[in-house]
Amino acid sequence: MTWISLKLLRALVTMWLVLTFVFFVLRLSGDPTMVLLPDDVDQATRDFYRAKWGLDLPLWEQYTSYLRALLQGDFGVSFRNNLDAFQVVWERVPKTALLGLASIAVALLIGMPLGVLAAVYRNSWLDRIVMSIAVFGFSMPNFFLGILLILIFSLKLRVLPSSGSGTWQHLIMPAATLGTGFAAQIARYTRSSMIEVLSKAYMRTARSKGASLGQRVVRHALPNASVPVVTVLGIKIGEMLGWAVVTETVFAWPGIGRLLTSAVATRDLAVVQCIMIILAFTMVMANMLVDLIYGWLDPRVRVGRRAQA
Amino acid sequence: MTALLHAESLRKSYQVGRRSLFRKARRFNAVDGVSLTLERGETLGIVGESGCGKSTLSRLVLGLSPCDEGGVVFDGTPLPGQDTEAWRRLRRRVQLIYQDAAGALDPRQTIRTQIEEPLRIHGLPLERAQKAMADVGLVPAMGSRHPFELSGGQLQRVVIARALTLNPDLIVMDEPVSALDVSIQAQIVNLIQDLQRDRGLAYLFVTHDLSVLRHVSDRVAVMYLGEVVEEAPRDAFFDGALHPYARALLEAVPVPDPARRSRAAPRIGDPPNPAAPPPACRFHPRCPFATDVCRAERPALRDFGGRRAACHRVEELSQ
Repeated sequence: MTWISLKLLRALVTMWLVLTFVFFVLRLSGDPTMVLLPDDVDQATRDFYRAKWGLDLPLWEQYTSYLRALLQGDFGVSFRNNLDAFQVVWERVPKTALLGLASIAVALLIGMPLGVLAAVYRNSWLDRIVMSIAVFGFSMPNFFLGILLILIFSLKLRVLPSSGSGTWQHLIMPAATLGTGFAAQIARYTRSSMIEVLSKAYMRTARSKGASLGQRVVRHALPNASVPVVTVLGIKIGEMLGWAVVTETVFAWPGIGRLLTSAVATRDLAVVQCIMIILAFTMVMANMLVDLIYGWLDPRVRVGRRAQA
Repeated sequence: MTALLHAESLRKSYQVGRRSLFRKARRFNAVDGVSLTLERGETLGIVGESGCGKSTLSRLVLGLSPCDEGGVVFDGTPLPGQDTEAWRRLRRRVQLIYQDAAGALDPRQTIRTQIEEPLRIHGLPLERAQKAMADVGLVPAMGSRHPFELSGGQLQRVVIARALTLNPDLIVMDEPVSALDVSIQAQIVNLIQDLQRDRGLAYLFVTHDLSVLRHVSDRVAVMYLGEVVEEAPRDAFFDGALHPYARALLEAVPVPDPARRSRAAPRIGDPPNPAAPPPACRFHPRCPFATDVCRAERPALRDFGGRRAACHRVEELSQ
């Protein structure tokens, strides 16, 4: 149990650090009233709103009162529409989660098999083609790929909608855009990891036992090769959230990424902070999940943990 | 009755370095014209320095890699092509055990799963795994462990148990005890011998350790740079080898007897690069008895009453 509590403690510290950083950077980088209110508003009105949102207080006082409210579950209100910031953000979360999960699925379903194929048929033409596609896949900037897809499938072929959400057709291009780069990286990691495992003595032994290529890959190679891939995946999920902001903007996908860009632009402080907390929480959770999966994949870790507990 | 295994003029070369536009890739003959025969229930020991082609030979004999020339006949049938259906069926009858027991086991799977795996592959009853574990002296509780929880000796027992599940006729052992402590070596050697007696297994026992070979083998073949230079029954061999190289090997074995220590082992230096073996008799640069004929002509493997040796000067030297 010590293992879990240690992890949770570390997660809390991480989230607090992220939050503090965002809080001060936002407040030091500009006055929300300058952005949110029209240019010709008089000083009295500005001061009224500054007082209303507590921006006239010293910075550390704003910080402590924000933390106090946060501990009571109050994320503050959106400057734009006076709604509860958490509410505003939370209703966007399912959209981003859908996009994220679809992209991970794309990355794994395309990346892993390609990596396995490239490793099994190492140095063949198949390997070279797969790896060329992979280099192309992760060299291509995400937003550029998105725009390219829109040009081809929306403007030219007119088969997929270019923006918005709602149907599964809407999901295809954003998920492909976000997933392609990661598929390429997963393919490369899978390939190198597989190549290492394939050279192991137990793989040769499996062949000498009469196991077919498929049996060898599924029973021995893939489970052993997936351990480092899963670790990488955990780190990549954080990276993916970053790219989701770009992708959502390109496709006008109504998730928290697009909300974040507009909230930052308008200095909607409470909303930005709330999004950052949720993103940090997601990343921390993803990494914890990876640790758990890691233990399940690698019996040595499991035993070490049992001994520790 | 035909021999269990007969290999005829096996040859296998490997590419060294890359081929470039201007020169062909160099190749070296890891195994160069080796013939050998193994009867049922017999142990043929193969001994030689590192790089002499022992391990390549064991892979060729098992059909794990194809040979360039020559062929292997197993139980009256030539070895089928790589990865064919017949080839996979043959896996039941021949097994391989080698030095690195820990490496031969999947770190993620339990011992039981791995011992049962050959049975699963070939669709045989899984109960045989229990029997095999008992035969090698592993308690059933070991089955739920993972490889990293076992000692080197236990791991080698696991590997042997896994090889036994399919009731093979032949087990090729490539340095099976070299990585183990001497006390554990003795246990494993005894286990290997007991199993042979109980099950009538034939062993091809590859090693560089002559003292182990003296215990386990019925016949001994000495390899030098891809060739068999001498082959003899065990006792005849240890009483006195015919080939100068085999003699040098025998004299290099440490004898646990202080009285005999004075007899210094002959210094024959390091083996030459196997990629560029000397012409004619491959041993001539290191041989204290080499003459002009040794430098000019390759000696054939000749029969000397139940034993064979490839040396021009056997007759003179044995006087």
